[in-house]
Amino acid sequence: MAKAAKEKAANTAKKINVHYLSRVEGHGNIIAEVDEAGTVTACRWEVPEAPRFFEAMVLGRSYQDVHHIVSRICGICSIGHQLASLQATEEALGVMVSEQTLILRKLALHGENIQSHLLHVGYLVLPDLLGVDSVIPLASTHREELLHVVKARAMSNEFCRIVSGRTTHPQRLMVGGMAKLPTDEDLIRLREILVGSQEHLRAVVDLFAAVRGNFPDFTRQTEYVGLSSPSEYGLYWGEVASTAAPRRPAALYQDVAREYCVPASTAKWARGADGPYMVGALARFNINSGQLNAAGREAAEKLGLTAPCYNPYHISLAQIVEVAHSVEDAISLTDALLARGLRAEKLPPVRLAPGRGAGAVEVPRGILFHAYEYDENGRVTHADCVIPTNQNHANIQKDLEALTPLIAREDKAAVELKLSMLVRAYDPCISCSTHRLDLSEEGLVRFVPAGAKKG
Amino acid sequence: METATAAFSTNETCLLTAKPRIAFFDFAGCEGDQLQIANLEEKLLDILAHVEVVSFREIKTGHGDDYDIAFVEGSVTRPEDEERLKDIRSKAKVLVALGACAAIGGINCLKNFMGESFYRDAVYGPQAGWYKTYAARPLSAVVQVDAEIPGCPIDRLEFARVVKEILLGRTPWLPDYPVCVECKMAGNICRYDMGKMCLGIITRAGCGACCVTEGAHCWGCRGLFPTANLDAARQVMDRAGFDRRQVQDLMRFFLGDTRAGL
Repeated sequence: MAKAAKEKAANTAKKINVHYLSRVEGHGNIIAEVDEAGTVTACRWEVPEAPRFFEAMVLGRSYQDVHHIVSRICGICSIGHQLASLQATEEALGVMVSEQTLILRKLALHGENIQSHLLHVGYLVLPDLLGVDSVIPLASTHREELLHVVKARAMSNEFCRIVSGRTTHPQRLMVGGMAKLPTDEDLIRLREILVGSQEHLRAVVDLFAAVRGNFPDFTRQTEYVGLSSPSEYGLYWGEVASTAAPRRPAALYQDVAREYCVPASTAKWARGADGPYMVGALARFNINSGQLNAAGREAAEKLGLTAPCYNPYHISLAQIVEVAHSVEDAISLTDALLARGLRAEKLPPVRLAPGRGAGAVEVPRGILFHAYEYDENGRVTHADCVIPTNQNHANIQKDLEALTPLIAREDKAAVELKLSMLVRAYDPCISCSTHRLDLSEEGLVRFVPAGAKKG
Repeated sequence: METATAAFSTNETCLLTAKPRIAFFDFAGCEGDQLQIANLEEKLLDILAHVEVVSFREIKTGHGDDYDIAFVEGSVTRPEDEERLKDIRSKAKVLVALGACAAIGGINCLKNFMGESFYRDAVYGPQAGWYKTYAARPLSAVVQVDAEIPGCPIDRLEFARVVKEILLGRTPWLPDYPVCVECKMAGNICRYDMGKMCLGIITRAGCGACCVTEGAHCWGCRGLFPTANLDAARQVMDRAGFDRRQVQDLMRFFLGDTRAGL
């Protein structure tokens, strides 16, 4: 009897150390410790990514180059960084873009969101739901299902290429307009591939509807923050909405995203009205689901996703809903462009004068803010970039703290998997999130030097 | 690339006879190069038939330390990066630098022209001391690099070609002429004729002059081609009327760690 109890206690006590969590962008560690009584004695999300100093690197640079520099913050959401940067620069310099440019930018953003969401749900999350360690074995065990994902992603790559010219660090987007336009033939082709991808997307929805039961059943209500627009499902612009605070214009982003530093992390963490908050597909869905188009609503229904949803694992489901919405909206935008006809436009004049501006765009992982100040020569004197994953870090920590005690008595492998899946659900983009902080406050977590070794 | 030839001749047999094990690693960078590999889609499945992926954290959980070819993305920016990179080098028979940050230092080197206390304070304020970092450098500053796939981001088809050449035991070939050659073939108007500055005249070709074709200019992301004439380039820029600051801005964008006068 005593022996059995002892064994049980030994099984209860465990140390989890996920050093460099896989299937996420960048480097992060999960630490959890449970004692023999089943009490959680440690639980941390750490970010030891190499700091990159982009906000210093743009100082002194010309307004024409800034969006090309900040694009390199992230290979996956480079279009979103360029768009937020262009919004901030254009506001600072008083530049207005044309309706044609606006439609093309919205298309560019849809393309990137689709591309990133499909990468996440299809290649990074799906292996967990099917019990394998990567997408590679699925190429033989679930080839047909995987080919639907691959074909939908191929559409998104082609989509980005047609609109932005290159899928990563594109060259066409510029202050005031576009350096190069797609042709009418390009747009007709884009419409074809968008329509053609819808059958593959329906298969992806069916696949996830069938395996959604494999997501752990865990809920924790938090504050949800995202752009909201009266006219559409807010992505390219809108006011900053929160489930716990009044709406604000992007220029007042610092009221919403109050960043601070925690010692465990080279990334800054953010605090909202009530403390940690969530940004990203699920936050957007919870705020704006009433504005989804028919395709988005249909996907949400099949996936069993209704707002408000407090299960962070269901971020992946919200991403699939957004893909369906974005594809249908992109078809409408393409039709609008074809109807009005693309024409080469004269770029609006840029009058250099000191000024400041802020931009806010919903990129795949959530709301992204860029804010700059320029001098009289159009060179940057101050820059601030608030990245979605930065805003999610504190919320991830809170989720881990809430989840770990609930599953502490499960075996080590199960605990490790559920904690890893939780962080992975946020689709963290850690290279992105590793720079800049403004306010110093007390740290939540113990200091771990960057690059700390396992053990 | 003498070192590269040596690495390939000694390992030729090994790579030809076995199904090589490959691994991916990253240092300071945006992981945009590994993304280009994921974006190969169906072509990637073809490549995967000829290699075994033992480590690719971005898409795979399991990790193995037993690999033949290491693809490394990102720059070295911290003292502890050196230790990790040397460890990777010691295990890999062939080490390939993936992308501009790894091959030439790339955009990370922008901060090398600022005082360290300046950029640390500007970004991390009072906590600047928490984060160790030094001047960003390419992998070759720390270890021997056997092959490079340059660019920001890499060209995914060039990646597929270089992998094929490595698997065949050949020294991978990179164009040794300027972007201008491909730019003419693409039918672009010279940016200097349009009153714009462009680094195509000194930059290694292989990208098809994609940025110029897209309406921008060459930023130099593929590094200098081996016989780039920097004196002539400076004359071209001077004659076109660009001032020191404009030239410096563009030259530092990606070429901060090269022998080019900045």
